Amino acid sequence: MRRYSVFAVAREALRFHQGWARAWANPEPKKRYDVVIVGAGGHGLATAYYLGKNYGIRNVAIVEKGWLGGGNTGRNTTIIRSNYLQDPSAAIYEKARSLYEGLSQDLNYNVMFSPRGLLMLGQTEHEVRGYKRTVWANNLQGIETEWIDTARVQKLVPIMNTLGPRYPVLGALYQARGGTARHDAVAWGYARACSDMGMDILQNCEVTGVRSAAGQVQGIDTSRGPIDCGKLAIVVAGHSSVLAEMAGFRLPIESMALQALVSEPIKPCMDVVVMANTVHGYMSQSDKGEMVIGGGTDGFNNYTQRGSWQHVEETVRALIETFPMLSRLKMMRQWGGIVDMTGDRSPILSTTPLGNCFVNCGWGTGGFKAIPGSGWAMAELVAKGTPGPLAAEFGLNRFKEGRFIDESVAAGVAH
Amino acid sequence: MSTRLATGGRLIDRTKPLNFTFNGKRLRGFAGDTLASALLGANQMLLGRSFKYHRPRGLVGSGVEEPNALVGLGRSGRFEPDQRTTTTELFDGAETVSQNHWPTLDLDIGVVNNWAYRFLPAGFYYKTFMFPRFAWKHLFEPIVRRSAGLGRAPSLRDEDRYEQAYGFCDVLVAGGGVAGLAAALAAARKGARVIVLEQTAHWGGRAPVDGGTIDGQSPDDWIRNTLQTIEKMENVTLRRRCMAAGLYDHGYVLGYEQIADTTPGDGRPRHRLWRIRAARVVTATGALERPLAFAGNDVPGVMLASGLRDYLVNWAVSPGDRTVIVTNNDDAYRTALALHEAGLVVPAILDARASVTGALPDAARALGIRVLEGRGIAKVHGGKRVTGVSVCAQAGEGSVLEDIACDAVAMSGGWSPIVHLWSHCGGKLLWDAPRAMFRPDAARPPTGADGQPMAVAVGAANGVFALSAILAEAKDTAPAPAIPAPDDEAPMAPVWVMPQGAPDALRYKMWLDFQNDVKVSDVQLAAREGYASVEHTKRYTTLGMATDQGKLSNINGLAILSDALGQPIPATGTTTFRPPYTPISFGAIAGEARGEIFQPLRRTPMHEWHATHGAHWEPVGLWRRPYTYLRHGEGLHDSVRREVRNTRAAVGLLDASTLGKIVVKGPDAGKFLDMLYTNMMSTLPVGKCRYGLMCSENGFLSDDGVVVRLSEDSWLCHTTSGGADRIHGWMEDWLQCEWWDWKVHTVNLTEQFAQVAVVGPNARKLLEKLGGMDVSAAALPFMTFTEGVLAGIRARVFRISFSGELSYEIAVPASEGMAFWTACLQAGEDLGLMPYGTEALHIMRAEKGFIMIGDETDGTVIPQDLGLGWAISKKKADYLGKRAQERAHMANPDRWQLVGLETLDGSVLPDGVLALAAGVNGNGQKNTQGRVTSTYFSPTLNKGIAMGLVRHGPQRMGEVLDFPTEGGKVVQARICDPVFYDKDGEKQNV
Amino acid sequence: MLTLTCPCCGVAAEETELAPGGEAHLKRFGPGASDEDFETYMFARKNPKGVHFERWRHAYGCGKWFLAARCTATLEVFGTYPAQTTEPPADLIARIKTRRPDWEGCK
Repeated sequence: MRRYSVFAVAREALRFHQGWARAWANPEPKKRYDVVIVGAGGHGLATAYYLGKNYGIRNVAIVEKGWLGGGNTGRNTTIIRSNYLQDPSAAIYEKARSLYEGLSQDLNYNVMFSPRGLLMLGQTEHEVRGYKRTVWANNLQGIETEWIDTARVQKLVPIMNTLGPRYPVLGALYQARGGTARHDAVAWGYARACSDMGMDILQNCEVTGVRSAAGQVQGIDTSRGPIDCGKLAIVVAGHSSVLAEMAGFRLPIESMALQALVSEPIKPCMDVVVMANTVHGYMSQSDKGEMVIGGGTDGFNNYTQRGSWQHVEETVRALIETFPMLSRLKMMRQWGGIVDMTGDRSPILSTTPLGNCFVNCGWGTGGFKAIPGSGWAMAELVAKGTPGPLAAEFGLNRFKEGRFIDESVAAGVAH
Repeated sequence: MSTRLATGGRLIDRTKPLNFTFNGKRLRGFAGDTLASALLGANQMLLGRSFKYHRPRGLVGSGVEEPNALVGLGRSGRFEPDQRTTTTELFDGAETVSQNHWPTLDLDIGVVNNWAYRFLPAGFYYKTFMFPRFAWKHLFEPIVRRSAGLGRAPSLRDEDRYEQAYGFCDVLVAGGGVAGLAAALAAARKGARVIVLEQTAHWGGRAPVDGGTIDGQSPDDWIRNTLQTIEKMENVTLRRRCMAAGLYDHGYVLGYEQIADTTPGDGRPRHRLWRIRAARVVTATGALERPLAFAGNDVPGVMLASGLRDYLVNWAVSPGDRTVIVTNNDDAYRTALALHEAGLVVPAILDARASVTGALPDAARALGIRVLEGRGIAKVHGGKRVTGVSVCAQAGEGSVLEDIACDAVAMSGGWSPIVHLWSHCGGKLLWDAPRAMFRPDAARPPTGADGQPMAVAVGAANGVFALSAILAEAKDTAPAPAIPAPDDEAPMAPVWVMPQGAPDALRYKMWLDFQNDVKVSDVQLAAREGYASVEHTKRYTTLGMATDQGKLSNINGLAILSDALGQPIPATGTTTFRPPYTPISFGAIAGEARGEIFQPLRRTPMHEWHATHGAHWEPVGLWRRPYTYLRHGEGLHDSVRREVRNTRAAVGLLDASTLGKIVVKGPDAGKFLDMLYTNMMSTLPVGKCRYGLMCSENGFLSDDGVVVRLSEDSWLCHTTSGGADRIHGWMEDWLQCEWWDWKVHTVNLTEQFAQVAVVGPNARKLLEKLGGMDVSAAALPFMTFTEGVLAGIRARVFRISFSGELSYEIAVPASEGMAFWTACLQAGEDLGLMPYGTEALHIMRAEKGFIMIGDETDGTVIPQDLGLGWAISKKKADYLGKRAQERAHMANPDRWQLVGLETLDGSVLPDGVLALAAGVNGNGQKNTQGRVTSTYFSPTLNKGIAMGLVRHGPQRMGEVLDFPTEGGKVVQARICDPVFYDKDGEKQNV
Repeated sequence: MLTLTCPCCGVAAEETELAPGGEAHLKRFGPGASDEDFETYMFARKNPKGVHFERWRHAYGCGKWFLAARCTATLEVFGTYPAQTTEPPADLIARIKTRRPDWEGCK
């Protein structure tokens, strides 16, 4: 792989950039792979990457129905944080966040990780208590977060209205090392690295069936022909139930639309990510200058990647209440993605009733921030056949045992 | 020079001059101008700077497609960035500033990016800025952010207001051009309720500028006559300045109406957002002209041929004295004719087609205009303004055949139907190869609730351009079978790069996206690097991601991409069309819901009294409850402590009206409540109260409250303040969906009653003073209730206590709540009565070891964790949550359980702090063995008290736990009984 | 932005009047049921991309729960019916089969 650098760009500039190679290959499917990963989104590609990097498993195909990175990886609001309350969540999200810190260098692809700081506003006494509890938990989990008062919030975000009238800001849970990254670049960077390791990324390749014998997975049928595999990893947020159905089991998941929107670009006016969960809205400013805005899910089963308008109104109202200047900006574009909502709103990284078939799903509204950690833990699960400590608590068996990982506890939300 | 012509201008009123400013310069326009036409008429061609290279930018178009001419408009609380001048009507006193430059528009330092253009191709930032690791955040990103963005951020609260409205119709017509008006008339004549939305201030669309005849009339006449007919029809609503912004599922259309943009401060709402349900949507949204890709096509003075024609005809503005036309179709000849008619010079028409015949070219030739066939532009000369063009053969590689001096270029690459609305909700497109356009595929329309088509496209939006065909189509609003070319026009020839064999050096100067600086070379680079999906290319190059959302660039871009990939255009497909069609104000999206009425405010009958008596509010759901009643000069803590001490010593008054009150009645009500609560409610005697717990079906404690048996067949269930609606819904869910044969009726009476808690040693005396009822210990023992009259008001009196004191809760009709509250205040005057708020309530319940939903519970806690086993019936075969609580993890004896905690030094434990255990877990996180759920300073005991959940807690009384707090400090606390005050209940049982 | 007709009050209600309630026709398992059955009842969801039977409450209308058959891929509504039933009515099944010939039926 030709390394990317400022020198390479300068060299290419002299010949009108004619010399750049493909970022990833576009191969024909082979008959068999050691591991087939369904879903070339961030999680699928990261799983492949760490399979190769950490376990030397490189005879891998990543099969994608559409274009790589085209699902929720390319539709989210790019927030990265690890200020979770429960130990298992905090562990995997912090793993992800710490991998994000060095990801550009690791992948030789600038994913623009921007640890610009993240605030979760406390706007009721109850929420304040929940966030303070999170800070104590984070301290013991090795995650740097703190509770800051209203004056510091105001200083970090001058455009915020902290005075209410309905929900004055009482302080905030602050993770200085949280932030954002360029979502497409994460998928592209992993794809380039996987391709470079000799893995096959098969785009426009829709899975139509999962073949098994004696309770063990044998391969998949696709729109580009049958492919055999030793192990199968299903990493298809939004469509997890559809793939599980093909593999012969059912998941504790419902697919729902989650919407996001952006304003027209403006000059820098907000340097941190702000989440206001009492009023249901969150916002950051992209490097291009757009205000990137998201809210909650729509609430009914939906595969259309379109949401209902009233949720956009609710989110915008919440954010105008928090940032009055927003009223004079304009919404440039809105869109939707389909997210997996599990029974406890926490993800699933698990073995399945089908032998050598594994699932990674259920990230709900918060999958982007988890990508490197999720891939890391999933690679271990696929390589070893049993979960390591990062994935151990996220197995499917928790729903039978009543051992939930509930993050809504601390008035927090999963995004 | 661009200038205002001495005559003409069908939209301006020269008798009404308007003053405005641009970058502080005083300029003048006329009523009927847009900001764009006024600026152009005042010779202001340079209007802004591009996003990436900070290149000079002037007007390209005349409408919604404009990517360049964006300004900051207004001042202070009415300042707004990124206003599109082409769609902003001029008004007197308008203040505008140009954007994205430093220090000035003419001299912009950012233009260094332009000189380094070869080092900054698409996606260069993905390949660079990686070392050293911290540099992205601290060095590169701040530079990128400052250089990017467009307008300045507003900083003040919006001074304007906005409103929202609903509309319903059988047919919604989006677009008030000829096609839209004809379709509206046809539908209205069939009796349909019709709404027509037109985004501009004018009816008729392009027809008056483009000319032709409609039903034998001139466009202006036809439009006037048609409008007169329509306006008389009661079943039609016409709305100008109202854009159909989006089509959503089941026929939901968003209309964005601009009302007071040109009259700031006149008191009317600035914008109105219409939410319209339409049985059928007719998209008559017209078409947009495409630019041509030739070197230097972004130099100010290069404009769309149709846009240039608009300025000339509508506003009598000449963009230049000498205008070269470059085209691949006949329509641009209309611009040549219009220029000639205005007395301006057209040095040449460069037509990329090899041979040109037909009425329009012939008309141009007849006027003596040079028509050069098979020719294109090799290069545009000029920096901040066009000075000339070099002509080349379209078939060649750009060798210059001649130079033509000019100060404007009008380009036309053909037309693209506006398919946004059609596509928003899943309508599909087909590629019309001869005319090089995507148009709606009538066989695959967006479908509605019934699965049937919910939209139909007409007119130019359907690829139908000929006026005669548009009228025929409108008659039955069915898509025209064969699509004729516009009247008397020769076929266009697709041209994606000019000249077709242009070398790299030229392709690096051919703009596709003028705002985001995406060029032909960028798209080709993306294809070369494997970003082959149209979505990859868009995201990699930022093509079509600017404020115009690719209105001018998308089709050209994907044609270049298809060519680079060697595949036909339909195989490449388009990116997804998303609402809104053009950006709409967040103000309109939020509507009137802001400030105090951001959300509905629920008020108890005593709300106003609280507000005028020092209430420090706490939001509880949509209610606001007094946290405490501050007295003059008092701090929050002092106020709360005063209230606690006074209540325990004398008597306190609490507004408990927010408490949920649900009546459950019927022959099966007892059976139902036995399923709902963990304990037995069917055996509760009439007149008695019992504390009850409710769990989710997943086993977790979800609500609690006192249940009262009002009569043989009716129970009153108190819920938490936040839980009333949820619990009522929960009851109805089970009654309607699972046990629908049970005879039970529920009513949520929360707002029908005001409820007042009279709490403290003097509580009985107070009630006795109110008079009307025997409230003695004998007549009304603890955990009983009675009905009667108190202070002359019908009342239900419950002898219950959440504080451990002698306590009554009195429910009176909501309308009498304030009267009763006042009566209590008067009766309590010499009994030491003070009202108290929620914080005192919380402290007193904690002193008594009572749990609080939301503190001791958080959705992960089961009643068994809280020592509430006594409230779980062992006799019942079933209740909601029972099976769940039998699962392995819930029956695990290692679960954390409720205890009291007292610090060794008497300090107050921090909220939510965790108790450390030995070692770390598999992920290196420190192990824990418990946590604080409630913690307060107890004014009664004068020390910190807390409750918490601790592993095996109840068996570890007296053990000391370590709670690490800020800065590594450890607070030690001893496990104790959670009941800190009056363990034997002597106070409440008097 | 859905519209569903409430079979109880007959109002063509818009989504803002309605509260979604997830998959319909779940069979409740209580004490005595196996862990597997209870887990299935609580969590395992069909979540089909296609025909879905689901619960809605006309929360800001008549307050009644009802059931709907809806396509999750196109949002087409095949019909709504009262909640007091254990399976979809036969005429609704027939209608769905007309609209979706390859539908495999209630599984």
